[in-house]
Amino acid sequence: MSDTKTKDASATEGQTDRRLNMIEAVNEALDVMMERDPNTVIMGEDVGYFGGVFRCTAGLQEKYGKTRVFDTPISECGIIAAAVGMGAYGLRPVPEIQFADYIYPGLDQLISEAARLRYRSAAEYTAPITVRSPFGGGIFGGQTHSQSPEAIFAHVSGLKTVIPATPYDAKGLLISAIEDNDPVIFFEPKRIYNGPFSGYYDKPVEPWKRFEASIVPEGYYNIPLGKARYATKGDELTILAYGTMVHVVEAICREKGVEADIVDLRTIVPVDIETIEESVRKTGRCLIVHEATRTAGFGAELSALVTERCFYHLEAPVLRVTGFDTPYPHSLEWAYFPGPIRIGEALDKILSE
Amino acid sequence: MADRPQGTAKAGDNRPKLSLHVPEPKFRPGDAVDFSHIVVPEAGAQPRPDETTDPKDMLDFAHGLIRVLGEDNKAHGPWDPKLDPETLRKMLGHMAMTRAFDERMFRGQRQGKTSFYMKCTGEEATSVSASMALAADDMVFPSYRQQGILIQRGYPMIEMINQIYSNKGDKLKGRQLPIMYSSKEHSFFTISGNLATQTPQAVGWAMASAIKGDSRIAATWVGEGSTAEGDFHSACLFATVYNAPVILNVVNNQWAISSFSGFAGAERATFAARGVGYGIASLRVDGNDPLACYAAEQWAANRARANAGPTLIEFFSYRAEGHSTSDDPSGYRSAQEREEWPLGDPVMRLKNHLIELGEWDEERQEKMDLEAAEYVKKTTKEAEANGILGHGLHHPFRTMFEDVFEELPWHLKEQSEQAIHERKTKFPEGLPEA
Repeated sequence: MSDTKTKDASATEGQTDRRLNMIEAVNEALDVMMERDPNTVIMGEDVGYFGGVFRCTAGLQEKYGKTRVFDTPISECGIIAAAVGMGAYGLRPVPEIQFADYIYPGLDQLISEAARLRYRSAAEYTAPITVRSPFGGGIFGGQTHSQSPEAIFAHVSGLKTVIPATPYDAKGLLISAIEDNDPVIFFEPKRIYNGPFSGYYDKPVEPWKRFEASIVPEGYYNIPLGKARYATKGDELTILAYGTMVHVVEAICREKGVEADIVDLRTIVPVDIETIEESVRKTGRCLIVHEATRTAGFGAELSALVTERCFYHLEAPVLRVTGFDTPYPHSLEWAYFPGPIRIGEALDKILSE
Repeated sequence: MADRPQGTAKAGDNRPKLSLHVPEPKFRPGDAVDFSHIVVPEAGAQPRPDETTDPKDMLDFAHGLIRVLGEDNKAHGPWDPKLDPETLRKMLGHMAMTRAFDERMFRGQRQGKTSFYMKCTGEEATSVSASMALAADDMVFPSYRQQGILIQRGYPMIEMINQIYSNKGDKLKGRQLPIMYSSKEHSFFTISGNLATQTPQAVGWAMASAIKGDSRIAATWVGEGSTAEGDFHSACLFATVYNAPVILNVVNNQWAISSFSGFAGAERATFAARGVGYGIASLRVDGNDPLACYAAEQWAANRARANAGPTLIEFFSYRAEGHSTSDDPSGYRSAQEREEWPLGDPVMRLKNHLIELGEWDEERQEKMDLEAAEYVKKTTKEAEANGILGHGLHHPFRTMFEDVFEELPWHLKEQSEQAIHERKTKFPEGLPEA
């Protein structure tokens, strides 16, 4: 294997080198928090006996019992609302919405209730809820199993939105999200549950275990919300991305020999403005990549922030590469997805200015 | 290839034409009111099932009307909660205080002391009497017309008025529309202002209490109009699925602003009947009968506490005043409705019952009403020392950015600096507050 990140797993067996995929990492974060805090409860469609359609809650009902890990009716409004009530009681609910595309019936409970309880009650009541939901496309899920609705939540005051890109981050960020005393939307990019994605849908998926980011320590650790990480360091430009697209841009930069600061935002609200400014001031060029639709997407916010704060350091206009403003198509998924051609051309353009 | 229909006739011309039914209330402004279509059974006629009865065996209770106080001002039948006179006088006192409070606050809004107010006139029993049947630490998730609960639970009235005035004494820091109270200390959930959202939250709270093996139950109140929201149906579903220790109180006051209950489905079924399809024990209760309200809530509380499951109660009542200070009911309904309402007024009914028992008289009632009005007036004056809406004595400016999150993130810090800058620009001579 030519990938420099690849390690021979068999040669480095041991506690510190346990390699997990993102599903196992999410499962472990839940397990750790269920163990540490008896007020943590998990609820959602198919999360109990079955362990979730993506297996993220596998084994947890058996371990913690039916009153702490349980199935729910197919009612996202009810799931979020019950979590709000449980939070008011003093529990720390971690509801799962089976697909982010199904979160909309729960939006009023999230936007008008969970997000504002602390404010409207002057902190008498809070909503220490973490809503986990698999999101994003690239799995032939069609318009109802592929969306990336993060910008909707980023627009709401009182919500934090977290999107991990690696198993290591998924565990540490989910632990922080559950420990947070405010509501957190935790979107899990399902395309990279089993391995990072290069953007080439016709190439086989490389499993996570071949990558160092799949080394996940046992037990408790956390990664603070609101702190980005450099996926790669380079001087030619800054690329702001999160979730699946971190890996897509990484693969394309490698392929094109572009040395980029790839900033994996990890949390979009609050966004790590310090790291963004630090990188853009250094490189003078900024490309923003997300899978979600373009208009009023989170890329627009990032572009505005970079332009407002780093304008005099810029040597080229800030560019966005995004999904198109259509519903997520089924058969034309790969024409929709911001893949190697769209990103490659944007790289060429921004580097030629 | 199959032939397509030919000719000028449109497809289906030989079928009867469809027509859309748009509900219309029986009476509009100026109409003579006749409520004879409302079936009012004799007080005491309804049997009282055991609290652990299977919902399948008590379907009639969703369609009847539980009543205790009869035309003779006496308590009748198995639902009589047999409260002692002292408790009855307390109940009457809380209802009278609620009414006096409403009068004063409504007037305060008209005098420009605040932006908004909502009375509960005619519906006092649905909150005061029901709340008395709960334990003080049972958690309530009210809608916006249950001020009677706070008064019954002994929440300081000055806090209510401070909130209504959004003044510097307002514990909610002037962030909420008037009357959207919150008091964790009184197990009273923060009122949303969005409709019916509290109902599935109450179920979630009750589920949590059951998860923890607690003994406290939850109760929520929602108007009949708001039962149209999906949240209410989520509440019913989660309540029945998890057999949650929760009481879903539906106050059917006949009107949702200008829309009569027909727009929430009342032409076809009772609101109590909504529980039937979910397998929830459902009671339809005379909401203007304080003893029936108490008895039904007590039945439901006993049921919940016995792990026997949720109850849906429809309090059949009448909104005697407008929806809020923002609407004039004479524009959409007949003024005669209030006078003709067949279930009377809850305060008068309880007063007459106590007199009938020989435990009360008109003089004492007059004195009590006067004292309530005086108390509200005095407390209003005290609250006014903290300011009234729009007169500058509001919460310190810096509090605007607090409590969005537990900690202030960078973007809110920046925005608060901008706000402070604007403040200094507006008041170059010095800020009007600390």
